[in-house]
Amino acid sequence: MKRFLCSAIAGGALLILGSIQNASGQIDIDVTVKGPGRVPPIWLSMSGITGEAAEVLQFDLFVQGFAFTNAENAQYLISGSANGNLQARAVDAVNKSQLVSKIYSGASLRRQAHAFADDFVEALGRKGIAKTKIAYKAAKGQNSEIFVADFDGFNQQAVTADNTIVAAPAWAPGKFGLCFLSYKLGNPAIFYQDLASGTRTKVAYYGGSSISPAVSFDGRRVAMILSKGGSPDVYVSDLDGSNLKRLTSTKQAESSPCWTPDGQWICFATEINGRRALAKVPANGGSVQIVPTPGFLNPSEPEYSPDGKWLAFTSQMRTFRICVVPTSGGPVTELIEGEDPSWAPNSRTLVFTRRQAGGRRGLSLLDVPTKQVKDVTRISGNSSQPSWAK
Amino acid sequence: MKSTLLLNLVAIGLVLSVGGVGCRKKPTGVTNIPNQRLAHVPEVGTLPPIESEMPDGFDGGQNTGEILTPIIDPSTRSNWEQDSDVFKVHTVHFAFDSSAVRSSDKAHVAAVAEYLKANAIAAVRVEGHCDERGTEEYNRALGERRALAIRDELIRLGVDASRVETISFGEDRPVNPDQTEEAFRQNRRGEFILLSPPQ
Repeated sequence: MKRFLCSAIAGGALLILGSIQNASGQIDIDVTVKGPGRVPPIWLSMSGITGEAAEVLQFDLFVQGFAFTNAENAQYLISGSANGNLQARAVDAVNKSQLVSKIYSGASLRRQAHAFADDFVEALGRKGIAKTKIAYKAAKGQNSEIFVADFDGFNQQAVTADNTIVAAPAWAPGKFGLCFLSYKLGNPAIFYQDLASGTRTKVAYYGGSSISPAVSFDGRRVAMILSKGGSPDVYVSDLDGSNLKRLTSTKQAESSPCWTPDGQWICFATEINGRRALAKVPANGGSVQIVPTPGFLNPSEPEYSPDGKWLAFTSQMRTFRICVVPTSGGPVTELIEGEDPSWAPNSRTLVFTRRQAGGRRGLSLLDVPTKQVKDVTRISGNSSQPSWAK
Repeated sequence: MKSTLLLNLVAIGLVLSVGGVGCRKKPTGVTNIPNQRLAHVPEVGTLPPIESEMPDGFDGGQNTGEILTPIIDPSTRSNWEQDSDVFKVHTVHFAFDSSAVRSSDKAHVAAVAEYLKANAIAAVRVEGHCDERGTEEYNRALGERRALAIRDELIRLGVDASRVETISFGEDRPVNPDQTEEAFRQNRRGEFILLSPPQ
């Protein structure tokens, strides 16, 4: 799909751009050309749809890089009504073509609005995220449990009731299940729980602390940090805990491993020559290589975007900052204050943790190309360590 | 009633058919949204039994040549009695972002080592803790590194490695919830839990 540079979105500019659109009528700006955080939003107008359906559409589309304005300045026009069921249309304002026109039924008005948000986004050739889920750690006094919710924080459901510290949820991509660590057995151990059946299986329970699970993108293997060998090191195993293999053996603490989408590498936080750094090791064993994060210190909690192009991580320098660096190497872009990012399946939206006054933690969503951000206010209390289902 | 219903159906039918006129890419239709629920939360008792420790398959990686001492299977002492008071006075404290046992704390570790050498059946679990100024998984690993550093010192002082267990609580169990430097200092610690076999 061809992409063209676009300057200010004004009526005149739209007309000029209208003549050089690609075949699907979509204008999109490549983040690799302008840089993450520097891409202007795509402008929409919305009429006729009010109430909860409108709130859902505004939320869903804002965190995917769209913004709302009046009809004269919009690139796409959304219209419809939400009396009982949602009826909605999306029209390209420039070439007047109709992208979506549907009546929805069943479930709730929220669900219908999410479905339309996806239909609109997918008509533009993008991956929709409006029906996706996140897992996170919710503090319960001195303990914590794992919850799952819609990505906007609605429909929260408890996954665990261990009455202890349960933390570090990690979705198994392509599966309706997730890994996490729990102190239920005393030492922190790693489990996999199938969310449809509620069945839990043990992945790692050893001497010391077994922490920080990360499931490979094919859903088959788990990377984790085990200290049973005498130091926190990177290990991998199958999802059922078999075929355990040690990948690092250092006195320093390794932490928060993550997989490349092709399953070939595991990136993790470590210490090299006295300085905290990110590094990577072949998933089947081999030499550790440093992953440079030029200009940004104390990196941790890395995660690769599903399209393999970006590595998001937390840099701690006085404050915590969400950063991205191209997987192929290059400059680091600091995006926003926060920590512990997790990518949506669209490889552009991140969910992350933000600390508020008094130390309370909450979840927020960030569109990397436009830097548009929304707090997930529906999830109250002390919540952190989000993982986006992929 | 019936005629109203009929009128409503006719109206819906009109809307559907009107929506079907004009140039568009996709046909107007009615999209049904299914519900999706999670299963109920399982009880703790459904956890499977614990298997014995698996062999290491160390294959490449960055071997720094330092001695790393494996940790015993935790199920060995799962029914032992735990006493967190007896060694409270010997809690070790750490500098920010460090797992080095400072010389000022070595006497505390030595006191615990002496007790263990004089009480052959006892064992100890070292708990590593952090202040909140770090990301959560980084702190969980750092807490474990702190516990292991204390463990390494006990081993150096002659305690058998099989008698020293470790556990990290990261930043989840502060002794002082305040957000002051003094509170942070108190929270960066290693605690000793005395383990005694059941009577």
